Amino acid sequence: MDEALLRSLTPSVIAVLVRRGADFAAAEDAVQDALVEALRGGAADPSPDPSSSGHPVRDTKGWLITVAWRKFLDATRADVARRRREKRVEEEPAPEPPPAVDDTLQLYFLCAHPSLTPASAVALTLRAVGGLTTRQIAQAYLVPESTMAQRISRAKRTVSGVRLDRPGDVATVLRVLYLVFNEGYSGDVDLAAEAIRLTRQLAARIDHPEVAGLLALMLLHHARRTARTASDGSLVPLAEQDRGRWDTALIAEGVGILQAALARDRLGEFQAQAAIAALHADAPTAEETDWVQIVEWYDELTRLTDSPVVRLNRAVAVGEADGPRAGLAALSELDASSPNSRLRSSGEHPVPRHAAVAAYLHERDGDLATAARLYAEAAHKAPNLAERDHLMRQAARLNARRGR
Amino acid sequence: MAKYLLLKHYRGAPAAVNDVPMDRWSPEEISAHVQYMNDFAARLEKTGEFIDGQALAPEGAWVRYDGEGRPPVTDGPFAETKDLIAGWMVIDVDSYERAVELAGELSAAPGAGGKPIHEWLELRPFLTEPPTITE
Repeated sequence: MDEALLRSLTPSVIAVLVRRGADFAAAEDAVQDALVEALRGGAADPSPDPSSSGHPVRDTKGWLITVAWRKFLDATRADVARRRREKRVEEEPAPEPPPAVDDTLQLYFLCAHPSLTPASAVALTLRAVGGLTTRQIAQAYLVPESTMAQRISRAKRTVSGVRLDRPGDVATVLRVLYLVFNEGYSGDVDLAAEAIRLTRQLAARIDHPEVAGLLALMLLHHARRTARTASDGSLVPLAEQDRGRWDTALIAEGVGILQAALARDRLGEFQAQAAIAALHADAPTAEETDWVQIVEWYDELTRLTDSPVVRLNRAVAVGEADGPRAGLAALSELDASSPNSRLRSSGEHPVPRHAAVAAYLHERDGDLATAARLYAEAAHKAPNLAERDHLMRQAARLNARRGR
Repeated sequence: MAKYLLLKHYRGAPAAVNDVPMDRWSPEEISAHVQYMNDFAARLEKTGEFIDGQALAPEGAWVRYDGEGRPPVTDGPFAETKDLIAGWMVIDVDSYERAVELAGELSAAPGAGGKPIHEWLELRPFLTEPPTITE
């Protein structure tokens, strides 16, 4: 069966079961069981109804509803038998009341409910909205399948009392989708592509400039994906990427979506981040990057979020726009404004990549000894292997040039 | 969503508060300790935070390459080895604070007299995949 099609149908089939009287947790389980059966090849492809013209989407959806409903009835019967209760569920499904609101949209809100931890919200979203199997999600996050199964059923218990009749906060959904895009491991499932698919589906259902902003941000970064990594798996920094390998179609789409969102004049952090990505995408060479505009967008972002990570990235941009001394000055402003940094007994700077940025600015300023020392320090603090190896090579390059 | 290693040492960690060697505990105290560890792992599986837990034998050997066509050299264990790993647990949690909380709970495993050992556990973050969005 067409896995992509099955997955895209998942949230609407869950909604059908819920409308027929199943609670969300049981409906979600039943659809998952049906999906697993389909993916295992345990079921034949739903052959087109000879009387119809053979509509593949309708046939697959019908098949999925039938199997999921059967799974639900089986589970309910087992449950009922175990608890020695009378059967409450009729064999024949009750007629579905027409949906008052967009069910799929409500599922997004439910799966990203603020009562869930980020990891639980991500897992539940990928399963109930994304139609991924527990095994696929477990592999994507390098977690045992049994642990992921527990994480998901716990998440479902957490949201079991949530009513699905009011729209939730779209910002929580966006944070979850951002996490799916930005974090995870490269297993069988392409999480970045999955995040884009889910954000596209969301953007089609809700008219919100930040949803568009996040979609644009994802597309603009996804466009650079093949250029970000060398054949040996090492990171290629933005300035050194082969821009000919950037996906111009994705860039054009991202820019178009962003422009439409910005025209609404309701700026948010994802639109501002996407604007920065768009300015990078727009530069034919690294030297032609419009750093002055990028600094302005970082100023907007600082106003919107006041995140130390944003201010760190702003220091890099200032260094490019006004020279390394200006960048270093922006960096010391950041240090002065984060008193927490001095509370860390380990001396570890709380902002990731701080030492890496300082190293880069000192190198451009010609202070190679300080830069080499800071690159090595940054390598020791790097949160991931590819970045650590990259920073270590920078330190080694400078040390070799200085003749040790 | 970050993975941490909780490392338990036979040797090399600072002294625990309730620092009585296991062979001086009562058999019931040992059983209670083992039960605590198992319950802890089972609870973490339920919360969806458990990745792996393994124990290591104290005896080991050092091994190194000895050149083309030659078998590896083995040696040891060296008596002067200061650090000896007893085992580990790998957890997947939402925050550093949660990792510290869980390490604290694990360190409260009962020892002699049924009192918490207060042993020092080493907490080490895993390196991750690089994030997609960096600027």
